[in-house]
Amino acid sequence: MTRLLYFASLRALAGKSEESLELGGETTVRALGERIGKTSPKLGEMILGKKVMVSVNQDVATLDTPVRDGDEVAFLPPFSGGAI
Amino acid sequence: MALNPEQINRYSRHLLLPEVGVEGQEQICNARVLVIGTGGLGSPIGLYLAAAGVGTLGFIDFDVVDLSNLQRQVMHGESTVGHLKVDSAKNRIADINSSIEVVTYNERLTAANAMDIFKDYDIIIDGTDNFPTRYLTNDACVLLGKPLVYGSILRFEGQVSVFDAARGPCYRCLYPEPPPPGLVPNCAEGGVLGVLCATVGSLQATEALKLILGKGDTLIGRFMLFDALGMKFREMKLRKDENCPICGDNPTISELVDYEQFCGIVPHEESPEDSALEIDAQLVKDKLEGGNGFRLIDVREPSEYQICKIEGATLIPLGLIQEKNPAHLEGITKNDEIVVHCKAGVRSLKAAKALKEMGFTNVKSMRGGIEEWSDRIDPSVPKY
Repeated sequence: MTRLLYFASLRALAGKSEESLELGGETTVRALGERIGKTSPKLGEMILGKKVMVSVNQDVATLDTPVRDGDEVAFLPPFSGGAI
Repeated sequence: MALNPEQINRYSRHLLLPEVGVEGQEQICNARVLVIGTGGLGSPIGLYLAAAGVGTLGFIDFDVVDLSNLQRQVMHGESTVGHLKVDSAKNRIADINSSIEVVTYNERLTAANAMDIFKDYDIIIDGTDNFPTRYLTNDACVLLGKPLVYGSILRFEGQVSVFDAARGPCYRCLYPEPPPPGLVPNCAEGGVLGVLCATVGSLQATEALKLILGKGDTLIGRFMLFDALGMKFREMKLRKDENCPICGDNPTISELVDYEQFCGIVPHEESPEDSALEIDAQLVKDKLEGGNGFRLIDVREPSEYQICKIEGATLIPLGLIQEKNPAHLEGITKNDEIVVHCKAGVRSLKAAKALKEMGFTNVKSMRGGIEEWSDRIDPSVPKY
Protein backbone atom coordinates (compact mmCIF):
# COMPACT_ATOMS: atom_id res chain seq x y z
CA MET A 1 0.00 0.00 0.00
CA THR A 2 1.14 3.52 -0.77
CA ARG A 3 -0.10 6.38 1.36
CA LEU A 4 -1.02 9.59 -0.47
CA LEU A 5 -1.33 12.86 1.46
CA TYR A 6 -3.02 15.97 0.08
CA PHE A 7 -2.40 19.39 1.56
CA ALA A 8 -4.36 22.64 1.69
CA SER A 9 -6.47 23.37 -1.40
CA LEU A 10 -5.64 19.97 -2.91
CA ARG A 11 -7.86 18.34 -0.29
CA ALA A 12 -10.90 19.92 -1.91
CA LEU A 13 -9.75 18.82 -5.38
CA ALA A 14 -9.07 15.26 -4.24
CA GLY A 15 -12.14 15.19 -2.02
CA LYS A 16 -10.02 13.74 0.83
CA SER A 17 -6.91 14.53 2.85
CA GLU A 18 -5.31 11.12 2.40
CA GLU A 19 -5.81 7.76 0.77
CA SER A 20 -4.05 4.42 0.39
CA LEU A 21 -3.47 2.92 -3.03
CA GLU A 22 -2.45 -0.59 -4.06
CA LEU A 23 0.21 0.01 -6.71
CA GLY A 24 0.92 -3.59 -7.71
CA GLY A 25 4.63 -3.00 -8.16
CA GLU A 26 6.96 -0.07 -8.71
CA THR A 27 5.67 2.98 -10.50
CA THR A 28 6.64 6.67 -10.88
CA VAL A 29 5.21 9.97 -9.71
CA ARG A 30 4.15 10.60 -13.32
CA ALA A 31 2.17 7.34 -13.53
CA LEU A 32 0.64 8.09 -10.14
CA GLY A 33 -0.38 11.57 -11.40
CA GLU A 34 -2.02 9.98 -14.44
CA ARG A 35 -3.89 7.53 -12.21
CA ILE A 36 -5.08 10.33 -9.86
CA GLY A 37 -6.15 12.33 -12.94
CA LYS A 38 -8.69 9.63 -13.81
CA THR A 39 -10.75 10.43 -10.72
CA SER A 40 -9.67 14.06 -10.15
CA PRO A 41 -8.80 15.53 -13.57
CA LYS A 42 -7.80 18.96 -12.25
CA LEU A 43 -5.52 17.46 -9.61
CA GLY A 44 -3.91 15.12 -12.13
CA GLU A 45 -3.31 18.04 -14.46
CA MET A 46 -1.66 20.05 -11.69
CA ILE A 47 0.62 17.18 -10.71
CA LEU A 48 1.68 16.45 -14.29
CA GLY A 49 2.03 20.19 -15.03
CA LYS A 50 4.39 20.53 -12.02
CA LYS A 51 2.12 23.05 -10.32
CA VAL A 52 2.28 21.16 -7.04
CA MET A 53 5.30 20.06 -5.08
CA VAL A 54 5.50 16.27 -4.67
CA SER A 55 7.53 14.51 -2.02
CA VAL A 56 8.21 10.79 -1.68
CA ASN A 57 9.07 9.79 1.88
CA GLN A 58 9.51 13.48 2.81
CA ASP A 59 12.09 14.02 0.08
CA VAL A 60 11.17 16.32 -2.79
CA ALA A 61 10.46 14.33 -5.97
CA THR A 62 10.33 14.80 -9.74
CA LEU A 63 7.87 13.19 -12.14
CA ASP A 64 10.43 10.41 -12.72
CA THR A 65 10.96 9.56 -9.04
CA PRO A 66 10.07 5.91 -8.41
CA VAL A 67 7.20 5.11 -6.04
CA ARG A 68 7.02 1.74 -4.31
CA ASP A 69 4.69 -0.03 -1.92
CA GLY A 70 5.03 1.37 1.56
CA ASP A 71 6.08 4.84 0.35
CA GLU A 72 4.40 8.00 1.53
CA VAL A 73 3.70 10.48 -1.27
CA ALA A 74 2.67 14.04 -0.35
CA PHE A 75 1.21 16.68 -2.67
CA LEU A 76 1.62 20.30 -1.68
CA PRO A 77 0.20 23.30 -3.54
CA PRO A 78 1.80 26.74 -3.40
CA PHE A 79 0.26 29.17 -0.89
CA SER A 80 -0.21 32.81 -1.68
CA GLY A 81 -1.23 34.16 1.72
CA GLY A 82 0.74 36.32 4.08
CA ALA A 83 0.10 39.99 4.33
CA ILE A 84 -3.40 41.14 3.52
CA MET B 1 30.01 49.20 17.04
CA ALA B 2 30.44 48.23 20.71
CA LEU B 3 27.35 47.84 22.90
CA ASN B 4 26.70 50.73 25.28
CA PRO B 5 25.56 50.16 28.90
CA GLU B 6 21.89 50.61 28.01
CA GLN B 7 22.18 48.05 25.22
CA ILE B 8 23.96 45.63 27.53
CA ASN B 9 21.02 45.89 29.91
CA ARG B 10 18.37 45.71 27.17
CA TYR B 11 19.86 42.68 25.40
CA SER B 12 21.14 40.88 28.52
CA ARG B 13 19.07 37.73 27.89
CA HIS B 14 20.69 37.44 24.47
CA LEU B 15 24.16 38.17 25.84
CA LEU B 16 23.79 35.27 28.27
CA LEU B 17 23.34 32.83 25.38
CA PRO B 18 26.76 31.52 24.33
CA GLU B 19 25.45 31.23 20.74
CA VAL B 20 24.69 34.98 20.71
CA GLY B 21 26.90 36.72 23.28
CA VAL B 22 28.28 40.23 22.86
CA GLU B 23 29.66 39.51 19.41
CA GLY B 24 26.38 38.04 18.15
CA GLN B 25 24.32 40.90 19.55
CA GLU B 26 26.63 43.36 17.81
CA GLN B 27 26.02 41.46 14.57
CA ILE B 28 22.27 41.74 15.16
CA CYS B 29 22.56 45.47 15.90
CA ASN B 30 24.47 45.97 12.66
CA ALA B 31 22.13 43.85 10.51
CA ARG B 32 19.84 45.23 7.84
CA VAL B 33 16.62 43.28 7.19
CA LEU B 34 13.83 44.05 4.73
CA VAL B 35 10.31 42.84 5.53
CA ILE B 36 7.99 42.66 2.53
CA GLY B 37 4.42 43.27 3.62
CA THR B 38 3.39 44.70 6.99
CA GLY B 39 0.41 42.45 7.50
CA GLY B 40 -0.18 39.09 9.14
CA LEU B 41 3.38 37.78 8.82
CA GLY B 42 5.15 41.13 8.71
CA SER B 43 3.65 42.07 12.08
CA PRO B 44 5.26 39.42 14.31
CA ILE B 45 8.41 39.44 12.18
CA GLY B 46 8.82 43.21 12.57
CA LEU B 47 7.93 43.27 16.26
CA TYR B 48 10.35 40.49 17.25
CA LEU B 49 13.22 41.65 15.06
CA ALA B 50 12.83 45.16 16.52
CA ALA B 51 12.84 43.74 20.04
CA ALA B 52 15.91 41.66 19.16
CA GLY B 53 17.71 44.84 18.11
CA VAL B 54 18.09 44.40 14.34
CA GLY B 55 19.76 47.72 13.50
CA THR B 56 17.91 48.61 10.31
CA LEU B 57 14.44 47.34 9.48
CA GLY B 58 12.88 48.13 6.11
CA PHE B 59 9.13 47.79 5.56
CA ILE B 60 7.45 47.86 2.18
CA ASP B 61 3.66 48.02 1.93
CA PHE B 62 1.28 50.29 0.04
CA ASP B 63 -1.83 49.44 2.04
CA VAL B 64 -3.81 51.24 4.72
CA VAL B 65 -4.81 49.64 8.06
CA ASP B 66 -8.37 48.29 7.92
CA LEU B 67 -10.53 47.09 10.81
CA SER B 68 -10.56 43.57 9.30
CA ASN B 69 -6.72 43.47 9.61
CA LEU B 70 -6.73 43.67 13.42
CA GLN B 71 -7.78 40.01 13.85
CA ARG B 72 -4.18 39.02 13.04
CA GLN B 73 -1.99 42.01 12.14
CA VAL B 74 -0.76 42.77 15.66
CA MET B 75 1.58 45.54 14.50
CA HIS B 76 -1.46 47.76 14.05
CA GLY B 77 -4.26 48.80 16.39
CA GLU B 78 -7.57 50.62 16.58
CA SER B 79 -5.73 53.93 16.83
CA THR B 80 -4.08 53.39 13.43
CA VAL B 81 -7.08 52.22 11.39
CA GLY B 82 -7.02 54.34 8.23
CA HIS B 83 -3.29 55.11 8.54
CA LEU B 84 -0.62 53.85 6.17
CA LYS B 85 0.60 50.45 7.34
CA VAL B 86 4.24 51.48 7.04
CA ASP B 87 3.62 54.58 9.21
CA SER B 88 1.73 52.48 11.76
CA ALA B 89 4.69 50.05 11.83
CA LYS B 90 7.24 52.83 12.22
CA ASN B 91 5.39 54.31 15.21
CA ARG B 92 4.88 50.95 16.88
CA ILE B 93 8.54 50.02 16.49
CA ALA B 94 9.72 53.39 17.80
CA ASP B 95 7.92 52.47 21.03
CA ILE B 96 9.47 48.98 21.22
CA ASN B 97 13.04 49.99 20.38
CA SER B 98 13.80 53.61 19.54
CA SER B 99 17.42 52.81 18.63
CA ILE B 100 16.32 51.01 15.47
CA GLU B 101 16.42 52.74 12.15
CA VAL B 102 13.13 52.06 10.36
CA VAL B 103 13.05 52.66 6.61
CA THR B 104 9.58 52.71 5.05
CA TYR B 105 8.57 52.22 1.44
CA ASN B 106 4.96 53.19 0.89
CA GLU B 107 4.81 51.68 -2.55
CA ARG B 108 4.07 48.49 -4.41
CA LEU B 109 7.10 46.24 -4.94
CA THR B 110 7.69 46.04 -8.69
CA ALA B 111 10.28 44.83 -11.16
CA ALA B 112 11.28 48.50 -11.51
CA ASN B 113 12.13 49.16 -7.85
CA ALA B 114 12.93 45.74 -6.33
CA MET B 115 16.66 45.53 -7.11
CA ASP B 116 17.27 49.05 -5.92
CA ILE B 117 15.44 48.50 -2.63
CA PHE B 118 16.84 44.99 -1.93
CA LYS B 119 20.49 45.88 -2.54
CA ASP B 120 20.72 47.80 0.75
CA TYR B 121 19.72 44.80 2.90
CA ASP B 122 21.44 41.63 4.14
CA ILE B 123 18.30 39.50 4.40
CA ILE B 124 14.89 39.72 2.73
CA ILE B 125 11.80 38.32 4.48
CA ASP B 126 8.76 37.45 2.42
CA GLY B 127 5.39 38.24 3.96
CA THR B 128 3.47 38.93 0.78
CA ASP B 129 0.02 37.75 -0.18
CA ASN B 130 0.26 37.15 -3.90
CA PHE B 131 2.17 35.07 -6.43
CA PRO B 132 3.53 37.85 -8.67
CA THR B 133 5.29 39.46 -5.68
CA ARG B 134 6.57 36.07 -4.49
CA TYR B 135 8.21 35.27 -7.81
CA LEU B 136 9.52 38.83 -8.10
CA THR B 137 11.03 38.64 -4.60
CA ASN B 138 12.59 35.25 -5.29
CA ASP B 139 14.13 36.34 -8.57
CA ALA B 140 15.51 39.61 -7.19
CA CYS B 141 17.08 37.73 -4.24
CA VAL B 142 18.68 35.14 -6.55
CA LEU B 143 20.04 37.84 -8.87
CA LEU B 144 21.46 39.83 -5.94
CA GLY B 145 22.67 36.75 -4.02
CA LYS B 146 20.58 37.60 -0.92
CA PRO B 147 19.00 35.00 1.38
CA LEU B 148 15.19 34.98 1.39
CA VAL B 149 13.18 33.85 4.41
CA TYR B 150 9.95 32.52 2.95
CA GLY B 151 6.67 32.12 4.78
CA SER B 152 3.08 31.65 3.72
CA ILE B 153 -0.22 30.92 5.37
CA LEU B 154 -3.74 29.88 4.50
CA ARG B 155 -6.66 28.88 6.68
CA PHE B 156 -4.96 26.65 9.31
CA GLU B 157 -1.76 25.80 7.48
CA GLY B 158 1.60 27.46 7.04
CA GLN B 159 4.85 26.96 5.15
CA VAL B 160 8.33 28.22 6.01
CA SER B 161 11.69 27.85 4.31
CA VAL B 162 14.91 29.73 3.60
CA PHE B 163 15.96 30.15 -0.01
CA ASP B 164 19.56 31.00 -0.68
CA ALA B 165 20.56 30.07 -4.21
CA ALA B 166 24.26 30.08 -3.30
CA ARG B 167 23.70 27.33 -0.74
CA GLY B 168 20.48 25.58 -1.78
CA PRO B 169 17.30 25.73 -3.85
CA CYS B 170 15.20 28.81 -4.61
CA TYR B 171 11.40 29.14 -4.73
CA ARG B 172 11.39 28.41 -8.46
CA CYS B 173 13.17 25.08 -7.86
CA LEU B 174 10.00 24.06 -5.96
CA TYR B 175 7.36 25.75 -8.03
CA PRO B 176 8.79 26.57 -11.48
CA GLU B 177 5.49 28.03 -12.59
CA PRO B 178 2.66 29.72 -10.75
CA PRO B 179 -0.70 27.99 -10.40
CA PRO B 180 -3.47 29.04 -12.76
CA PRO B 181 -5.11 32.23 -11.42
CA GLY B 182 -8.07 31.53 -9.19
CA LEU B 183 -7.11 27.98 -8.26
CA VAL B 184 -5.34 28.86 -5.03
CA PRO B 185 -7.38 31.16 -2.83
CA ASN B 186 -5.71 33.97 -0.89
CA CYS B 187 -6.48 34.82 2.74
CA ALA B 188 -9.12 37.35 1.74
CA GLU B 189 -11.01 34.57 -0.04
CA GLY B 190 -10.04 31.52 2.00
CA GLY B 191 -9.78 32.99 5.51
CA VAL B 192 -6.96 32.49 7.98
CA LEU B 193 -6.71 31.70 11.69
CA GLY B 194 -5.19 34.92 13.05
CA VAL B 195 -2.78 33.34 15.49
CA LEU B 196 -1.29 31.19 12.72
CA CYS B 197 0.49 34.37 11.59
CA ALA B 198 2.38 34.41 14.90
CA THR B 199 3.50 30.78 14.52
CA VAL B 200 4.75 31.21 10.98
CA GLY B 201 6.04 34.79 11.38
CA SER B 202 8.02 33.94 14.49
CA LEU B 203 9.59 30.96 12.70
CA GLN B 204 10.65 33.36 9.95
CA ALA B 205 12.08 35.84 12.48
CA THR B 206 13.97 32.97 14.14
CA GLU B 207 15.51 31.97 10.81
CA ALA B 208 16.48 35.58 10.07
CA LEU B 209 18.30 35.85 13.42
CA LYS B 210 20.11 32.53 12.79
CA LEU B 211 21.22 33.78 9.38
CA ILE B 212 22.54 36.98 10.98
CA LEU B 213 24.38 35.00 13.65
CA GLY B 214 25.51 32.23 11.32
CA LYS B 215 24.42 29.74 13.98
CA GLY B 216 22.34 26.58 14.03
CA ASP B 217 20.76 24.64 11.17
CA THR B 218 18.69 26.94 9.03
CA LEU B 219 15.84 25.87 6.76
CA ILE B 220 18.06 26.13 3.67
CA GLY B 221 17.19 22.97 1.70
CA ARG B 222 14.31 22.15 4.02
CA PHE B 223 10.63 23.02 3.84
CA MET B 224 8.52 23.18 7.00
CA LEU B 225 4.79 22.62 6.93
CA PHE B 226 2.64 23.47 9.90
CA ASP B 227 -0.95 22.32 10.37
CA ALA B 228 -2.58 24.15 13.29
CA LEU B 229 -5.72 21.98 13.34
CA GLY B 230 -3.75 18.72 13.48
CA MET B 231 -1.01 20.52 15.50
CA LYS B 232 1.62 18.86 13.37
CA PHE B 233 4.91 19.99 11.90
CA ARG B 234 6.23 18.15 8.85
CA GLU B 235 9.45 18.66 7.01
CA MET B 236 10.49 17.96 3.45
CA LYS B 237 14.01 17.79 2.11
CA LEU B 238 14.46 20.03 -0.89
CA ARG B 239 16.92 19.80 -3.72
CA LYS B 240 18.25 22.42 -6.06
CA ASP B 241 16.78 21.93 -9.53
CA GLU B 242 19.63 21.87 -12.04
CA ASN B 243 17.09 22.97 -14.67
CA CYS B 244 15.81 25.91 -12.57
CA PRO B 245 15.36 28.84 -14.96
CA ILE B 246 17.01 31.29 -12.57
CA CYS B 247 19.42 29.40 -10.28
CA GLY B 248 20.07 26.23 -12.32
CA ASP B 249 23.08 25.28 -14.42
CA ASN B 250 21.90 27.14 -17.51
CA PRO B 251 19.68 29.97 -16.30
CA THR B 252 17.40 31.63 -18.82
CA ILE B 253 16.34 34.50 -16.56
CA SER B 254 19.00 37.16 -16.07
CA GLU B 255 16.78 40.11 -15.19
CA LEU B 256 13.39 40.75 -13.63
CA VAL B 257 10.36 40.21 -15.87
CA ASP B 258 6.68 41.22 -15.85
CA TYR B 259 5.39 39.11 -12.95
CA GLU B 260 1.71 39.93 -13.34
CA GLN B 261 1.87 38.59 -16.87
CA PHE B 262 4.00 35.59 -15.78
CA CYS B 263 1.31 34.67 -13.24
CA GLY B 264 -1.42 35.02 -15.86
CA ILE B 265 -2.93 38.05 -14.19
CA VAL B 266 -4.05 40.61 -16.71
CA PRO B 267 -5.04 44.05 -15.53
CA HIS B 268 -8.78 44.04 -14.95
CA GLU B 269 -10.20 45.56 -18.06
CA GLU B 270 -13.79 44.75 -18.57
CA SER B 271 -14.39 43.16 -21.94
CA PRO B 272 -17.59 43.97 -23.84
CA GLU B 273 -18.65 40.32 -23.42
CA ASP B 274 -18.31 40.65 -19.65
CA SER B 275 -20.30 43.89 -19.54
CA ALA B 276 -23.07 42.29 -21.59
CA LEU B 277 -23.36 39.54 -18.97
CA GLU B 278 -23.76 42.00 -16.09
CA ILE B 279 -26.86 43.44 -14.48
CA ASP B 280 -27.26 46.35 -12.07
CA ALA B 281 -28.19 45.65 -8.43
CA GLN B 282 -31.27 47.91 -8.60
CA LEU B 283 -32.67 45.87 -11.49
CA VAL B 284 -32.08 42.70 -9.47
CA LYS B 285 -34.05 44.19 -6.58
CA ASP B 286 -36.95 45.03 -8.93
CA LYS B 287 -36.92 41.51 -10.34
CA LEU B 288 -36.85 39.95 -6.85
CA GLU B 289 -39.94 41.93 -5.93
CA GLY B 290 -41.59 40.95 -9.21
CA GLY B 291 -41.19 37.19 -8.57
CA ASN B 292 -42.33 35.05 -11.53
CA GLY B 293 -39.71 32.41 -12.29
CA PHE B 294 -36.82 34.68 -11.35
CA ARG B 295 -33.89 32.91 -9.63
CA LEU B 296 -31.18 34.66 -7.62
CA ILE B 297 -28.21 32.35 -6.99
CA ASP B 298 -25.48 33.19 -4.48
CA VAL B 299 -22.23 31.58 -5.65
CA ARG B 300 -20.16 32.39 -2.54
CA GLU B 301 -18.96 29.83 0.03
CA PRO B 302 -21.32 28.59 2.80
CA SER B 303 -19.27 30.44 5.47
CA GLU B 304 -19.81 33.71 3.59
CA TYR B 305 -23.52 32.98 3.22
CA GLN B 306 -23.73 32.64 7.01
CA ILE B 307 -22.20 36.10 7.48
CA CYS B 308 -24.79 37.83 5.31
CA LYS B 309 -27.15 37.09 2.47
CA ILE B 310 -29.71 38.65 0.16
CA GLU B 311 -33.21 37.43 1.07
CA GLY B 312 -34.50 35.11 -1.63
CA ALA B 313 -31.07 33.97 -2.85
CA THR B 314 -30.21 30.26 -3.15
CA LEU B 315 -26.66 29.21 -2.26
CA ILE B 316 -24.75 27.23 -4.90
CA PRO B 317 -20.98 27.81 -4.51
CA LEU B 318 -18.98 28.59 -7.66
CA GLY B 319 -16.98 25.36 -7.33
CA LEU B 320 -20.16 23.28 -7.66
CA ILE B 321 -21.37 25.27 -10.67
CA GLN B 322 -17.99 24.87 -12.37
CA GLU B 323 -18.28 21.10 -12.04
CA LYS B 324 -21.13 21.51 -14.55
CA ASN B 325 -23.03 18.66 -13.00
CA PRO B 326 -26.79 19.21 -13.52
CA ALA B 327 -27.46 17.48 -10.16
CA HIS B 328 -26.19 20.60 -8.39
CA LEU B 329 -28.74 22.75 -10.21
CA GLU B 330 -31.83 20.71 -9.55
CA GLY B 331 -35.09 22.58 -10.01
CA ILE B 332 -33.61 25.22 -12.30
CA THR B 333 -34.64 24.97 -15.91
CA LYS B 334 -32.72 26.13 -18.95
CA ASN B 335 -35.07 29.02 -19.69
CA ASP B 336 -35.41 30.39 -16.15
CA GLU B 337 -34.32 33.96 -15.67
CA ILE B 338 -31.18 33.58 -13.52
CA VAL B 339 -29.02 36.18 -11.78
CA VAL B 340 -25.88 35.04 -9.98
CA HIS B 341 -24.09 37.11 -7.36
CA CYS B 342 -20.98 36.82 -5.18
CA LYS B 343 -19.08 39.20 -2.89
CA ALA B 344 -17.71 41.67 -5.44
CA GLY B 345 -18.78 40.42 -8.86
CA VAL B 346 -15.73 38.46 -10.03
CA ARG B 347 -16.76 34.92 -9.08
CA SER B 348 -20.33 35.48 -10.27
CA LEU B 349 -19.07 36.43 -13.72
CA LYS B 350 -17.27 33.06 -13.88
CA ALA B 351 -20.44 31.34 -12.68
CA ALA B 352 -22.54 33.09 -15.33
CA LYS B 353 -20.14 31.94 -18.05
CA ALA B 354 -20.19 28.35 -16.75
CA LEU B 355 -24.01 28.36 -16.68
CA LYS B 356 -24.15 29.68 -20.25
CA GLU B 357 -21.83 26.88 -21.33
CA MET B 358 -24.22 24.40 -19.68
CA GLY B 359 -27.04 25.69 -21.85
CA PHE B 360 -28.83 28.11 -19.51
CA THR B 361 -29.96 30.87 -21.83
CA ASN B 362 -31.03 33.74 -19.60
CA VAL B 363 -28.15 34.33 -17.15
CA LYS B 364 -26.75 37.56 -15.73
CA SER B 365 -24.13 38.39 -13.10
CA MET B 366 -24.90 41.11 -10.56
CA ARG B 367 -22.27 43.84 -10.92
CA GLY B 368 -20.37 44.66 -7.69
CA GLY B 369 -21.82 41.70 -5.78
CA ILE B 370 -23.28 41.84 -2.29
CA GLU B 371 -20.91 44.72 -1.46
CA GLU B 372 -22.67 46.94 -3.95
CA TRP B 373 -26.02 45.63 -2.68
CA SER B 374 -24.98 46.76 0.81
CA ASP B 375 -23.87 50.18 -0.49
CA ARG B 376 -26.89 50.98 -2.65
CA ILE B 377 -29.83 48.73 -1.87
CA ASP B 378 -29.75 47.49 1.72
CA PRO B 379 -27.18 48.96 4.16
CA SER B 380 -28.30 46.48 6.84
CA VAL B 381 -26.34 43.80 4.93
CA PRO B 382 -22.90 43.87 6.61
CA LYS B 383 -19.61 43.98 4.72
CA TYR B 384 -16.83 41.54 5.51
